[in-house]
Amino acid sequence: MAQAPVLPRGFELPLEPRLPRIGSVDAVALEERAASLAKRSIKREAKVFALDLAVRMMDLTTLEGQDTPGKVAALASKAIRPDPGDPSVPSVAAICVYPNLVPTAVQRVEGSSVKVASVATAFPSGQSPLEAKLDEVRWVVEHGADEVDMVIDRGAFLSGRYAKVYDEIVQVKETSGDAHLKVILEVAELGTYDNVRRASLLAMAAGADFIKTSTGKLPGAATLPVTLCMLEAIRDVHEETGRMVGMKPAGGIRQAKQAVQYLVQLHETLGPGWLTPDLYRLGASSLLNDVLMQLRKEKTGTYQSPDYFTVD
Amino acid sequence: MTRLPVKKTYKLFIGGAFPRSESGRTYEAEGQNVARASRKDVRDAVRAARGTLPKWAGMTAYNRGQILYRVAEMIEARTAEFAGLCTGRPEVERAVDRIVWYAGWADKLAQVLGSSNPVAGPYFNFTVPEPTGVVGVIAPDEPPLLGLVSRVLPALTGGNAVVALASETHPLAAIELAEALATSDVPGGVVNLLTGRRAELAPWLASHMDVNALDVTGADGDSPELERAAADNVKRVVHGDPDAQSPWEIASFLELKTVWHPVGQ
Repeated sequence: MAQAPVLPRGFELPLEPRLPRIGSVDAVALEERAASLAKRSIKREAKVFALDLAVRMMDLTTLEGQDTPGKVAALASKAIRPDPGDPSVPSVAAICVYPNLVPTAVQRVEGSSVKVASVATAFPSGQSPLEAKLDEVRWVVEHGADEVDMVIDRGAFLSGRYAKVYDEIVQVKETSGDAHLKVILEVAELGTYDNVRRASLLAMAAGADFIKTSTGKLPGAATLPVTLCMLEAIRDVHEETGRMVGMKPAGGIRQAKQAVQYLVQLHETLGPGWLTPDLYRLGASSLLNDVLMQLRKEKTGTYQSPDYFTVD
Repeated sequence: MTRLPVKKTYKLFIGGAFPRSESGRTYEAEGQNVARASRKDVRDAVRAARGTLPKWAGMTAYNRGQILYRVAEMIEARTAEFAGLCTGRPEVERAVDRIVWYAGWADKLAQVLGSSNPVAGPYFNFTVPEPTGVVGVIAPDEPPLLGLVSRVLPALTGGNAVVALASETHPLAAIELAEALATSDVPGGVVNLLTGRRAELAPWLASHMDVNALDVTGADGDSPELERAAADNVKRVVHGDPDAQSPWEIASFLELKTVWHPVGQ
């Protein structure tokens, strides 16, 4: 188990002298625990519950250069009614799109419970001037995005300019107003669990509503150990300040089985209080079909084929 | 010092590998402990078959024929082992001959079953045979080797991937066949061989929505239930003969697709 560091109430600035010393993560123990949680056996009713919850927590995502309004419209229909043949399957939590497509998405999900999340701040690299980032955030919020997924400036973080990263998040948070702010750490570029923990605490201190593992643009995105590391950071913040911060693993979650493993890990680390779409999201583009196939298998008792589910 | 012979562990053949049953269970057949596949093994086998299907179906027919011929070579080289696991040498020889016969058909099917159709209009109109997809085979009990070969080979020749339930009472010939397949050039997953309780496995195979055709030759009395389950996704159901050798056996696992193509473009 990672050693919980001593955290001052509210994480006051200046962070720079303190951040490098906020405790180190025991990588071996972390991976061991993540692996042991992944081996839990989930039996039938619990599995159906978990799959149903996974659908409700899903951020159905399309972040490609080839996205069109038509594709977003199709995605929105699927988000509202994931399985047209089975009305008992709930809507997903949100659809996640590029800023340009926010107006289309907002129009398409109108009247449903599905929210619109938009990536912003020069996704996926985060390498733009702050003014440009803030303009982007302002634009998507004005056009009706309920949630903003921002990326941190990894270049600044890795070179130790923590205050710059912190200030950016604070300003983005101010600019985004009522919209929920998810902060993408892009763990694949952070290198170590220590850095992941540091970045998580920094993002939470700066006011993130959610912390999110990855952009999904790099291989080795969300993994169980790295998600556990972030969940433990969230738990420490909760114990320290009482604030409940959400978590969103994204990238590389493709199978229903993985989704269930993530939920087990969440339940065992943060408890049932976090088992809600308000505090946990699964960012995925291809996961939904597998979850739907598993749900239908549980209901009909026959193994399913991808041919009977929509593409994307 | 005398040496103890290495005793064979009888396992399944899924995706080109030899896993133990997912459940870890075995049952006794022909005096040996044989892996008893679970429904998850069925699912894994179908997934493996679906995964390699594009590769196998996308090969040239000539190439498929060559690979099947190589299977015959591998069995020929193991004649002695096979003879001890079925009714004897003549059956093995007939099985080898049958594989060679089907191998020869691979690149002749399109000419025999396909056609160029005369249509009124500036179009070419062709009928081409295409593989059905993933074929589930419930292999007959008798003859142990020839029966399995006679049911699996027609599907393979046409470019399908196969998930076969070996005979429950005589599974050893099927396992030996898996060894021959693994050492030939058949891509892993094109043939998957499961041993176990037929009554336990066949319904899962028959109802699996990702299986496109079902050969119920070895199903005996269970056939009506299996066919009903197969009807859910309109599987092709084939009642074969355990000792058949005919190009129509291949045709029963093919779809005839008609394509139009404008002339002069």
